[in-house]
Formats: sequence, structure tokens, C-alpha cells
Amino acid sequence: MIRAAVCALALVAAPVVALADDTMPPAPYAYRQLDDPVKEAKAQKLMETLRCLVCQSQSIADSDAPIAGDMRNQVRLRINAGEDPEAIRQWLIQRYGDYVSYAPRVTASTWPLFAVPGGLIVVAAAVMRRRLAKRKNA
Amino acid sequence: MSNEVNPAKAPRWTLWLPLALFLGFVVLVAAGLMHPRDTDIDSQMIGKPLPAFSLRAASDGRDGLSTSDFRQGKPHLLNIFASWCVPCGVEAPVLAQLQRQGAIIDGIAIRDHKADLNAFLAKNGNPYQKIGADDVSAVQLAIGSSGVPETFVIDGKGIIRYQHIGDIRYEEIPMMMQKLKDAES
Repeated sequence: MIRAAVCALALVAAPVVALADDTMPPAPYAYRQLDDPVKEAKAQKLMETLRCLVCQSQSIADSDAPIAGDMRNQVRLRINAGEDPEAIRQWLIQRYGDYVSYAPRVTASTWPLFAVPGGLIVVAAAVMRRRLAKRKNA
Repeated sequence: MSNEVNPAKAPRWTLWLPLALFLGFVVLVAAGLMHPRDTDIDSQMIGKPLPAFSLRAASDGRDGLSTSDFRQGKPHLLNIFASWCVPCGVEAPVLAQLQRQGAIIDGIAIRDHKADLNAFLAKNGNPYQKIGADDVSAVQLAIGSSGVPETFVIDGKGIIRYQHIGDIRYEEIPMMMQKLKDAES
């Protein structure tokens, strides 16, 4: 009985928790494009390859999370100030690690991802050569 | 090496291969269910100086916060919080307890209205020495924090020494006090 009551309470309380979000207006450049279309295109390209911190599989360009809006604001302001997109990416990687970037880097732990396809091509070429050579002999 | 691999002549044990593969997947999924992936994103700023910032006062009762407040020789706790954050309310009595044990606590309120924050502090108590307002999460991003609440240990020279993600539990109070003590050296 008590357990049922607790469950019912949890059901009632859950939406309240889910609604817990700030009521501040979005940051100035969260949803506003830069006036200069060239700079906006640069910012957009970068934002599509930066990962939202709270919505694990979205880019900050796709996310409506407040922190993603604040990240877009910062990206646009920095691009507008003339900062290089890759410098902004590095600034974020320095703070959050590779997690924050969707652009893969070759590191001590990721090099197999780049090496294995190359290796497979070499193996496939070797196998094909052998087979073709055999066919010629037959 | 023979090129004519005849399926009928494949060794008997290969019959079990699909089942073995299937069981492998079952084990993988079960392991994933029992030990869910850690989704915390650790700040990479540990050991680095606190980025420069100067934030206006977030509440009526406390001054704003700037980087120089952390270079006064004593370690501080820097609590990233907000009045709209439910676990922050849960954490408030724990912070009060930390303060009673001698911790100096400063706060950064993320995307918060002054009136909301005043009400939050009136309801939950105010263990903060200073509270700065971060309206666009700029300082939060600069220190590598990805949510609320988070608590950083900053040493007396303004170097970030430790990050605690999520609300501090009662049982974690001794650990946090130890981190503060460690930051003295």
C-alpha cells in the first residue's frame, strides 16, 4: 500500500522534475544568426560538429538545451570577433576533452580506426592478386 | 591453401559458431545493463588556473564573484548551481554542513533570476560567501563544467584542483573536506 502510494507520488512528481529548467531568455546569439552570411556559414559548420554536453547524441546546432544555446552564442560571438573555427574547437577540447568534438582526431587511442581500413585494403588487394594469378594459371 | 571452400565440408565445430556469437552478444548486452556507461564529462581543467572572469552579484545578499577572489591563499569550494535545479536544493543542507566544518564556499548561479535566487537562498539557506551570476553559461563553459550542480576545489593560488559532478552527498562530506585540505599544499 505504502509502496503503491510512493509509486503514485513518483509518477506525479516526475513531470515536475522534468520541467526543472531555467526561465531565462536564450542567449543573444543562441537562435539569432550573424549578420554576415560568410561568418554565419563558418559558425554553422563548426556548430554542426560540436557535441551538446547534456544531450549526448546531438550537435549543438541541433539541440534546444539551454547550455547548447549558450555554446552557440559563444561560437557565434567568437567567429564574429574573427576567431578561427578550429581554435574555438581546440578551446572546447581543452575543457571537455575529445567528447565535445565530432571531428575525429588521430590519437593514441583512435589510430586503429584510421589504420584498420588501410590494412583491410592491403589484405584485400593481396587476396585478389593471388586469386587472379591462380585464374591465369588455370 | 584450398580455394574451394565447400560449406558441406566445413568442420563440425563451425556449427556452433552462430550460437557462440549470439551468446557473446547476450553477455555484451547484459554487461552493459549491469554497468551502465558513465555519462559524466570530466573537466580537463584540473591542475590549470581558473579562467579569468568577473561576474555581477547574482543575489541581493552577496557580492559578485571574480577570479581574484580565489587567489587569497586559502582553498575555496566553487559550487555551480541554480535555483531552478532540483538536486541543488537537495544539496543545500550538505553545503551548509561543509560550511559549518570550515569550508569557504563561493557560488556561480547559472541562468538565474535574482528574485528566484533570493527565494531559493531564503528557503534552503545561504552557505555562500559570494555568488556570481553566469547568465550565458560563459564561466561554466570556460571551466569545463557541463551541468548543475557541480563543485570545484580551487586552491589558494586559483588553480583548479578537483571537480565533483552532481550533488555532494552527506557521506561525501569528509572526502570533500579532505580535498580542501589537500589543496592547501
